[in-house]
Amino acid sequence: MRRFWLIGLIGACAAVARAEPIDLSGYVAGEVRIFPAEPKFPAQHENTFSPSLALQPELRWKLDEENTLTLIPFGRIDVDDDERTHWDIREANWLYNAGDWDLRVGLGKVFWGVAESRHLVDIVNQTDLVESLDEEDKLGQPMVNLNVITGFGTWSAFVLPYFRERTFAGPEGRPGLPLRVAEDLAVFESGDEERHIDFALRWQERVGNFDIGLSHFHGTGREPRLVPTLVPGGPVFVPHYDQIDQTGLDVQATFDAWLLKLEAIRREGQGEPFFAATAGFEYTLYQVFESSADLGLIAEYHHDGRDDFAPFTIFNNDVMVGARLALNDQDDTSLLGGAIVDVETQTTFATVEFATRIAEGWKLEVEGRFLPYVANGTLESNFERDHALEIRVLRYF
Amino acid sequence: MQKTIAAALLALALPALAHAETPEQKGLAIAVESQKRNTGWVDSKVDAKMILENKQGEKSERNMRLRALEVVSDTDGDKSLTYFLSPADVQGTALLSFTHFKTPDDQWLFLPALKRVKRIASANKSGSFVGSEFAFEDLLAQEVERFTYKYLREEPCPTDEAKGLVCFVSERFPAYENSGYTRQVSWVDKKDYQVRKLEFFDRKAEHSKTLLFTGYRQYQGKFWRSHTLVMENHQTGKKTTLSLGNFELNAKVDQTEFDPDALARLR
Repeated sequence: MRRFWLIGLIGACAAVARAEPIDLSGYVAGEVRIFPAEPKFPAQHENTFSPSLALQPELRWKLDEENTLTLIPFGRIDVDDDERTHWDIREANWLYNAGDWDLRVGLGKVFWGVAESRHLVDIVNQTDLVESLDEEDKLGQPMVNLNVITGFGTWSAFVLPYFRERTFAGPEGRPGLPLRVAEDLAVFESGDEERHIDFALRWQERVGNFDIGLSHFHGTGREPRLVPTLVPGGPVFVPHYDQIDQTGLDVQATFDAWLLKLEAIRREGQGEPFFAATAGFEYTLYQVFESSADLGLIAEYHHDGRDDFAPFTIFNNDVMVGARLALNDQDDTSLLGGAIVDVETQTTFATVEFATRIAEGWKLEVEGRFLPYVANGTLESNFERDHALEIRVLRYF
Repeated sequence: MQKTIAAALLALALPALAHAETPEQKGLAIAVESQKRNTGWVDSKVDAKMILENKQGEKSERNMRLRALEVVSDTDGDKSLTYFLSPADVQGTALLSFTHFKTPDDQWLFLPALKRVKRIASANKSGSFVGSEFAFEDLLAQEVERFTYKYLREEPCPTDEAKGLVCFVSERFPAYENSGYTRQVSWVDKKDYQVRKLEFFDRKAEHSKTLLFTGYRQYQGKFWRSHTLVMENHQTGKKTTLSLGNFELNAKVDQTEFDPDALARLR
């Protein structure tokens, strides 16, 4: 792992040495998470106000028309959770852009998929789960990635020579699990452990109003099974990483104000082979209430056919409904509200997100997370007292 | 754009100028001539700065890099790529648009934080572009096929720069769906066939906005480009100034830049 970071760092240093203009951007963010309720587990911190500070500089250096170097480190200092105090290299890569093909080598990030509330197909990057439960924060993934734009779609091939373990909150962190996740004891199905070389291939094409993606991944599954294990010092969750094959399909049909979405996967290697799918729509009403605001209505259904030998998911049979209000004002103010309801247990996970620009280069984000109803014995019941309001001020540079 | 049709229309329209010509025919002929004088630039690069100003005079700024690809077809209009340099929190965001005359446009948005390319609904013609007084439809290439026309009169051109020139004044009516306008009135000078002023009439047929085009300069001995576009909203008192600079025409832009699958390598 460290070798990959080093290659990226050396590349970036070489870039600095050449004294060409380097584009520096990024942000620093101060955050307070407010937990109104007492924690569920005794080890968890009892502070109502839990502050942290995050920094993400982004350095880009365009050597010439074809070659670009990128370096994006990330770090967070969290007052209450030692595991959330962490750092990562989100990107450290060299991009060679030849027009109808390009090659990216180093730590990189890609996104696959079309849905909003679950990213089933998106598998290349590991989730930085300690950052946020929404699974949208990702760790930098060592890769050699070739993309070829052809008359018959775009082909993307990935060789992924090193595996990144998922991050979890520490025992004192919130929201958290009843046992510590012992990342240092991780068990791998492959004897190569995190050095197992994974492969991925993706084809994407547009046919009229349809954007279609087909992908296959072969290697270490990004989702661990958390196995309760007794070790000296007490019981912990040991993450088990299996070898999997996952085929994914994502389709979006765009008709006027309608976006119709489907993501589906078939996965082998964790219990019986299973299918999972997310299907939904996004419908936008423009200039609502005689204003310049747009209101987007979102609904998605989640099905997941995995058995008990696969990692646990909350999305086995769930409905998500949400609405996004974009004011289209000078400050790019937006408000997003949504709830994911389990059809079988009625367990409900609700979020509200507000964002606006408070001054040139300054942004305010407020995020609320609520569990209005939680059934006993569900994964969510671990978080039943972790209602939280997060207030973040970001300074972009 | 539609060279053969344009030529045929001109062949019909020019002799008709001497004879009885309906206001509709004359309005169309003016638009066709404008477009004819702006055909053959192939592709372009330009830097754009938008200054948004509210009633109280508070300003905010957006900087963009624009790329456009001229498309010559009976069914499709130009392709354009807008890459945001500021405000800092949206830096790296990109918007790719393919315009069509008979079917809805295609639009993709690149969100750099997630590295996500998202195809977005194109029905949003009348919405504000990044909080400015420009609607999306105001910034699309103004191809002949997008409107129907009606010539009104001739009068001296309205901007100082075009003082001494005579302008054709015509109405044009959006022929595409989801427009926020019932009609627009255009002032096009008789010498170079360049738009000097546009008045916009909203869905209630009220005069809502006025756009002035100034700072015209000619490129490659042929193509005229306005460098300052000032849009005033009469209903809100807000104003947006769009300044364009570093024009390059026939700029040899790599065509794959206009492929949605290439958006992710912009950052």
